[in-house]
Amino acid sequence: MTGDPLWAIFINACLINNFVLAYFLGICPFLGVSAKLATASRMGGAVTFVMLVSSICAFGIQELLVAIDAPYLKLISFIAVIASTVQLVEMFIKKVSPALFRALGIFLPLITTNCAILGLALFQTNKGYNFLQCIVYALGAGIGFTLALILMAGLREKLELAAVPDVVRGTALALVLAGLLSVSFMGFAGLGG
Amino acid sequence: MTTMTAKMPTTTDEFVKGLWRENPVFVQVLGMCPVLAVSNTARNALAMGLATLFVLVMSNIVISLLRHFIPKQVRIATYILVIASFVTVVDYLIQAISLDLYKALGAFISLIVVNCLILGRAEAFASKNTVGRSILDGLGMGIGFTFALLCLGAVREIFGSGKLFGFQLFHDGFQDWVVMILPSGGFFTLAGWLLLFNYLKQRKERLERERRLAT
Repeated sequence: MTGDPLWAIFINACLINNFVLAYFLGICPFLGVSAKLATASRMGGAVTFVMLVSSICAFGIQELLVAIDAPYLKLISFIAVIASTVQLVEMFIKKVSPALFRALGIFLPLITTNCAILGLALFQTNKGYNFLQCIVYALGAGIGFTLALILMAGLREKLELAAVPDVVRGTALALVLAGLLSVSFMGFAGLGG
Repeated sequence: MTTMTAKMPTTTDEFVKGLWRENPVFVQVLGMCPVLAVSNTARNALAMGLATLFVLVMSNIVISLLRHFIPKQVRIATYILVIASFVTVVDYLIQAISLDLYKALGAFISLIVVNCLILGRAEAFASKNTVGRSILDGLGMGIGFTFALLCLGAVREIFGSGKLFGFQLFHDGFQDWVVMILPSGGFFTLAGWLLLFNYLKQRKERLERERRLAT
């Protein structure tokens, strides 16, 4: 896998193996924050940023752990780094845009428990990517996550106006939508490797 | 169990609530990622459920024991570190027990760390209650979670490959619904179960309303 060209890694993370729709990572914010288009795109931005930073940190940690021969500390140190990155982003957003901070609400600290970010850190070490590949992989995954979130938000805004039976409203409807999106993303499977 | 319930009537309630009334997956919609990702066969679903159950009970015990010593400001970070330690244990355990299973579940074992269900129970229950009740809460929630995973895994395996736990259910003429094994099948199956539960809930409410009106 190490010889993959950068564009293939990007397309792979962004479309073919989209983190939300193919790996089921980050479903909680995907269902929770996708009701409004504006919030969804900003959430996507925040997640992409955290992904980039934690991917870079995870790369460093992995090198260090291999050097001191302590692979069993991998999980614990990854999650600690992610938690502190999220704290940083939270303080930054609170300072720069209090409105956005309120809109994201509880989902901002929950980025810590967003599986997409820990998943990214684990996948990149499993695949043995080098530094540049890691950054491209994180960027692709982040953009793919944002893309799925925005598509979903757009669909849900339209669905607010649709007449559906009471039973279907809420999470069940969102899940059916996600399923249909996932089917359409499978169309990308022929692209790249 | 009977003597215990006689003394403390709420103790069984802590256990039972996770199974059905507050089922983590069907009612609270927590911990979706592993639910959807590894439920493509019943065997994977069961293994994942048991691993989560173990981590949930163990972290509930430790957090409940430490609840007076953890400063409020760093509690989330502490919980995550406790959970991560137990997940590392499970990760190596499964690797030792069955390498096949380990490969099938892949990174999702490590991802138990970020299962919102476990952190949610630590924050909402174990940090405020005694060890005994926390164990029961963890057991109830964990079994409820496993049950939900099995529901999904069984449906997806039956339709997707015509098998259950690897046993052939239909004769050779059965056309597999490939979509059920694929990621989108997970979304559809879960949506189906949620629909069923919504329908049952609404029917119960309607019946109760009618009964109240009748009396």
